[in-house]
Amino acid sequence: MAELTLNAVGKTYSGGVKAVSGVDIQISDGEFIVLVGPSGCGKSTLLRMVAGLETVTDGEIHIGSRLVNQLDPAERDIAMVFQNYALYPHMTVRDNMAYGLKNRRTPKAEIETRVAEAARMLELGQYLDRKPRALSGGQRQRVAMGRAIVRQPAAFLFDEPLSNLDAKLRVSMRMEIRKLQQRLGTTSLYVTHDQLEAMTLADRLVVLNGGRVEQIGAPLEVYRKPASTFVAAFIGSPAMSLLDATVEGGRLMLEGHVLAEVDHKAGPVTLGLRAEDLRLVARGGVPMRVEYIEELGAHRVVHGMVGDQSLAVVDQGAEAPGDLIHIAADPARLHLFDAATGQRIDVRSRVGEFAR
Amino acid sequence: MQKIKPFDHLILILGTLFLCVPVLMALMSSTHTAVDIHSNGLFITPGSNGYATYEKVLTHRGGFTGDVTGLLMLKNSLIMGFGFAIGKIVLSMMAAYALVYFRFRFATVLFWMIFATLLLPLEVRIMPSYQVMSQLHLLNSYTGLIVPLLASATGTFFFRQFFKSVPDELLEAARIDGAGPWKFFIDVLVPLSKTMMAAIFIIMFIYGWNQYLWPLLMTTDESFYTLMRGIKSILQVWVGSQIPDYNEAFALAVLAMVPPVAVVVIFQRMFIKGLTESDK
Ligand SMILES: Nc1ncnc2c1ncn2[C@@H]1O[C@H](COP(=O)(O)OP(=O)(O)OP(=O)(O)O)[C@@H](O)[C@H]1O
Ligand SMILES: [Mg+2]
Repeated sequence: MAELTLNAVGKTYSGGVKAVSGVDIQISDGEFIVLVGPSGCGKSTLLRMVAGLETVTDGEIHIGSRLVNQLDPAERDIAMVFQNYALYPHMTVRDNMAYGLKNRRTPKAEIETRVAEAARMLELGQYLDRKPRALSGGQRQRVAMGRAIVRQPAAFLFDEPLSNLDAKLRVSMRMEIRKLQQRLGTTSLYVTHDQLEAMTLADRLVVLNGGRVEQIGAPLEVYRKPASTFVAAFIGSPAMSLLDATVEGGRLMLEGHVLAEVDHKAGPVTLGLRAEDLRLVARGGVPMRVEYIEELGAHRVVHGMVGDQSLAVVDQGAEAPGDLIHIAADPARLHLFDAATGQRIDVRSRVGEFAR
Repeated sequence: MQKIKPFDHLILILGTLFLCVPVLMALMSSTHTAVDIHSNGLFITPGSNGYATYEKVLTHRGGFTGDVTGLLMLKNSLIMGFGFAIGKIVLSMMAAYALVYFRFRFATVLFWMIFATLLLPLEVRIMPSYQVMSQLHLLNSYTGLIVPLLASATGTFFFRQFFKSVPDELLEAARIDGAGPWKFFIDVLVPLSKTMMAAIFIIMFIYGWNQYLWPLLMTTDESFYTLMRGIKSILQVWVGSQIPDYNEAFALAVLAMVPPVAVVVIFQRMFIKGLTESDK
């Protein structure tokens, strides 16, 4: 167990592709960090640099107190779980788990107790003598986890370990991973492009965009105070609606309607509205033309147009496509972003109701 | 159920007969006497001379030195077959491993150069090879018979393609598990290649078994005679009124067929098992 420090880490692939640049992360002992971002943002690259499978072209990576930039993967004291599990097909479950320990010349008795312990934790006892081919996807997943656990490493690295499972299994495996990690207290770095997985698993989220860190923070913090339009649109489901608005004389205007009073200089801004922060009002508010409705059982998501910009609202009502509804929101729940850079604008005081 | 189509079956039966009858004829004719065969042609019914013929073929000392028995030739042929198959597999696996997993300069160019040699048949380089062997004083030795032909472009090519299809994550998992290049090769790649090895073994065993021209050049000592040369030399005695020992030639041919068939049967089972067992 150890802390993990990434210091201005960057990666330029041969051929000049800059996949990761200037990443600074301090991970304390036992923390569960999730790297999240859209496809191609450099999550895997970053993880693989920590694992030692990819050379580090810039910056420094420390595991515990050791600088590991030049070390072999085997010497870094980490274990990795791959997306396709990467189990050795010709070895039994037992041998798969024991292989890393055998190579490290762990005494036989020790190997056996560790494998048995991992098998018990992961409920793999009855499969120990099977080959991976004779296991279901979820079981293979657990074997891959077991292979990591028996090593008792300083850190676990996960690269989208659940993306080959069906939706239901994914949810239950997610819980298992979280429980296991809390029980073992092993520092973990987890890569996913699924923001829901990221939200539920992480102690802290690292949102990556184009190889750079966009925001680091606890899931709720990132959710409540996204640092940029990118994070705002990426975290949360349904995605936050981003609309063009203007500030005129201290008032925030959307499509000609006054929303709130804000303490910001006049000019265009990007307004972020979460569907669940909006509500319907009988009159006043901002008129919205309903386009289509997503029925989710517990609630419904109403998609519509305000002027020519689209917006989503969570609602329990019974409106139908084509209706004109009026919506309002708590001004404290509005998000403002710089129209040019997309960076969050923290407005000191926002008084006045969205719609009166 | 599918309707039985008599015409299709007829074609299949004819095809089977076409392939099997000559083999059957060889087997049956080998149990008759040479005179019988000479006057009556080939047989498809068993004769009474079988035991005597096979015994003579296996143990009769022939050749100029009077030391060459069928058993000796069989042994030589087996050495050729196994030597080729095992040697070629070991060598081409190692070459393919280097080509696929080690980053060295010109690896691709090297591979294509090896691959290009596939275009050249053995006969093209048989003279220089002979000269090299003779200068190394390796004529009339098993080393000389086997080693010069061990480098195999076919084997290297097949193993290379196979290694390329092994997912990279397996290598990465092994690296994290602390397996060096040698351990990864022995513990992961070799067991995974079983199917491939069985397939290549079949091909290469038969290739070695059937060698004719190379042993003919390389060995003058009769103790290195292979079955292929034995069959030929029996039929060569057509001089004057002497009748060639057809029955013995047939018996040798039948004997020559047994080991390759056995190899195919044994390894095919492994091969099929490997195919159906292989993981996605
Ligand atoms: N070996 C390589 N050589 C050159 N460029 C690469 C290489 N591997 C990845 N890249 C590039 O680096 C960028 C980041 O890739 P990476 O695999 O880290 O993305 P990712 O965030 O893991 O995406 P995904 O969610 O799809 O797995 C991509 O633009 C990719 O094209
Ligand atoms: Mg990835």
